[in-house]
Amino acid sequence: MLTAILLGFLFAIFLVFAGKFFRGKLAVLSALIPGGLFAYFASFIPQISSGEIISKTYQWVPAFGVDLSFKLDGLSLLFSLMITGIGFLVFAYTASYLRGHKYLDRFYGYLSLFMAAMLGLVLSDNLISLFVFWELTSISSFFLIGFNNTNPASRKSALTALGITGFGGFFLLAGALLLGSITGTYSISEMLSMKEAIAGSEYYILAVIFIFVAAFTKSAQFPFHFWLPGAMKAPTPVSTYLHSATMVKAGIYLLMRFTPVLGDSEFWNTTLIIVGGITMVYSAIHALFRTDLKGVLAYSTISALGILVFLIGLGTKSAFLAAAVFIIVHALYKATLFLVTGIIDHQTGTRDVTKLSGLRKIMMPVAIAGILAAISSAGIPPSVGFLGKELTYEASTHAETFTIIIVIAIVLTKILLLWAGFVAGIKPFVGKLPEAHKDVKAPDFLMWAPAIILAVLGIVFGIFPMLIESALVKPVVSSLGADASEYHLALWHGFNTVLLLSAITIAVGVLLYFFLKPSAKLETRIGKFEFISPKSIMEKGTHYFSVFSAFWTNVFQNGYLRNYVTTIVLFLVVLVGYVMFGNPRVMIDHTQLSKVTAYELAVVIILIAGVFYTVFTKSRLAAVAAMGVVGLAICLIFVFYSAPDLAMTQFSIDTLTVILFVLVLYRLPKYLTLSDYKMRIRDGILSLALGTVICLLALQVLAEPTNTEVGDFYAKNAYILAHGKNVVNVILVDFRGTDTLMEIAVLSISAIGVFGLLKLRLKSTDRSQ
Amino acid sequence: MEILLAIIIGVLYAAGIYMILRRSLVKLIIGIILLGNGANLLIFLLGRITEGAPPIIPEDSKVFLEAYADPVPQALILTAIVISFGLQSFAIILVKRAHKVVKTDDLDEMNATDEDS
Repeated sequence: MLTAILLGFLFAIFLVFAGKFFRGKLAVLSALIPGGLFAYFASFIPQISSGEIISKTYQWVPAFGVDLSFKLDGLSLLFSLMITGIGFLVFAYTASYLRGHKYLDRFYGYLSLFMAAMLGLVLSDNLISLFVFWELTSISSFFLIGFNNTNPASRKSALTALGITGFGGFFLLAGALLLGSITGTYSISEMLSMKEAIAGSEYYILAVIFIFVAAFTKSAQFPFHFWLPGAMKAPTPVSTYLHSATMVKAGIYLLMRFTPVLGDSEFWNTTLIIVGGITMVYSAIHALFRTDLKGVLAYSTISALGILVFLIGLGTKSAFLAAAVFIIVHALYKATLFLVTGIIDHQTGTRDVTKLSGLRKIMMPVAIAGILAAISSAGIPPSVGFLGKELTYEASTHAETFTIIIVIAIVLTKILLLWAGFVAGIKPFVGKLPEAHKDVKAPDFLMWAPAIILAVLGIVFGIFPMLIESALVKPVVSSLGADASEYHLALWHGFNTVLLLSAITIAVGVLLYFFLKPSAKLETRIGKFEFISPKSIMEKGTHYFSVFSAFWTNVFQNGYLRNYVTTIVLFLVVLVGYVMFGNPRVMIDHTQLSKVTAYELAVVIILIAGVFYTVFTKSRLAAVAAMGVVGLAICLIFVFYSAPDLAMTQFSIDTLTVILFVLVLYRLPKYLTLSDYKMRIRDGILSLALGTVICLLALQVLAEPTNTEVGDFYAKNAYILAHGKNVVNVILVDFRGTDTLMEIAVLSISAIGVFGLLKLRLKSTDRSQ
Repeated sequence: MEILLAIIIGVLYAAGIYMILRRSLVKLIIGIILLGNGANLLIFLLGRITEGAPPIIPEDSKVFLEAYADPVPQALILTAIVISFGLQSFAIILVKRAHKVVKTDDLDEMNATDEDS
């Protein structure tokens, strides 16, 4: 199973090297990978439908309980089959859609990367590895959405999608860690048995919120839905793949996967019903105002996702059954409609639905696929869409509270979705063929075949529901923790409320289709409300954030060294000062201190006088000389306190520095008075504060006991191991010899720099630049 | 003596920062040197000072027989002094060079890149 998941990653890496072979005619061969995987996963159907669960565990980071453990149950199987099956068709379709594209191999690389990440996501049984795959889908979808990277709008929408889904990813990680700390495991199967403990935990609500945010961002639920319409800038195969069956369903998958763990509480159910309900109605209404075919499809996709979230929220057995069927329904008809839209766009060069009609005369197979998909989307018998709609209505009419509102909302959504499906699947093909499109060519076999396969499957599954019933649908329901053995999928359930609702939906929807034509006028009208949409609120938010960042940067990164220094010093003084005054403990044990002799006192006085003279003298030469005096005084302190090596080094270095300074100084201008009185006072206070803090800090450290372990080691072994008697020297050239070598290297670099600067002769032209 | 040393360190830090806050490049370098001296003394003091017992093993012995000064802070400071010399000499030459090219000693006139000016 690991190989199956890694295959996509391996293929992506393989394409890096062998990409040029896949740019031409061979491109279609890459479809063999998802095709083979589909066959592999399909071979598990008998086992899964008999109730088995297949799992494999590979240790990854056992110390943290992070394993690559995979579990194939009904839910995973359904998603794996969708990912690989639709993947197979999309891979084949792309070979024709992007024929001759310069970066076709790159596109396949991204696609297979995405496919592998999606497979890993739906098969992972470990929350942490699930998170890793989740993020991989965000990243690979970023590349796919931004594939037309020369187009700024495309780049922007890729970034928005990455931002929103990445934001959700953080919440997923937080939720995973929280659940991990509640249960002590990251394995989802093990969490199943701890449902009570999780529900009783005080962090239950928080964990649910984290999982919700992750799922809602990925599955484009209100108010995070806006990245999805933007992502339509991607090439159509990407939209097909991401938005019909995979990426956006990842959030749904997450919710379904956690239903048996976190579900069945009032908070869980109510939130999902409300969010799903708002999303499905809101975006179904939005779909009415679009003229771009992909825009219509994008909003109807969001609406369908809303329905799924809503069904999961209802939480009854029939709702789960409806959700399982609806996932299949939606994947089939939405993928078909996207593929059809892609063909229309590819052949005619427009996706504006107001300009498209009569295309059946040119592309009959495509028209058949479109019309069949529209029928399934509308839920007209005998399509599988009808099954899905019936089940949805049945689940809604049995909702426990607010039944009327729920039923009205779902019927309204279904009516609007019917309209959207008709506009996308039927409208471009009926009526008169406009002059502009007379010369449009028929599409390739590779393009229309995938569309028609999916569309026909939508009808076949409707007529023969037993094909999917025990193989796919029931195992999903049992993965969700419910038992659906007594249900039977069938087209005919007799005359009841549900059938009546279906009839109303179809009648009103068809009427709406005849009376309400998509027009640019409607689109501009809804555009007026754009400013209160979540999208523009987020855009404004990011705008203000960047303004604020610029302001912040300008305040602190203003290009004046002394402002940087002031900030740093002030921060240090306040922080350390606060700690010290909060905890005043400067105790000095006078018996431990060494005595002060007269000559030491003299050196100290010379030193302090030297410092003051350096700071306040008006002459630069005097300042440098006084600085030399300070250095020599320090040299004497080293002599007094047992550091002869330091004294020697300090003496030679100090002398050299002063000589170098004097050599350079006589070329420089005189000191100028560059600062006023007030500034000097301010800087003086700041400096004194720092000096005081450092002084007190030193005294406080002196009161603490010291550890001479390291020093003792060197002292003990200096002669025995290194045969040297001057311990400081032995440390430098023997124990820490490599460090000293590095130091020599630093000095050499500095010497080369000095030499270079001295010898550099700029030409007059260079200097004027 | 420890208290006096602590005061000296404070004075060196204060003077160093004050000089760094000036606008003149020469003062900036003097400030860095003073600050470096202060830091060296701080390490020296915190390693505890010992009078008249350098960390050198006596002629006729293989190990120390009496108390001795901790050699580790000394090794650290020695490295620091040498490295800071590298820094200082480079900085001094850089000031000289910069002055030759831009004809100013004022830091505030140097904070623009070529493109801005």
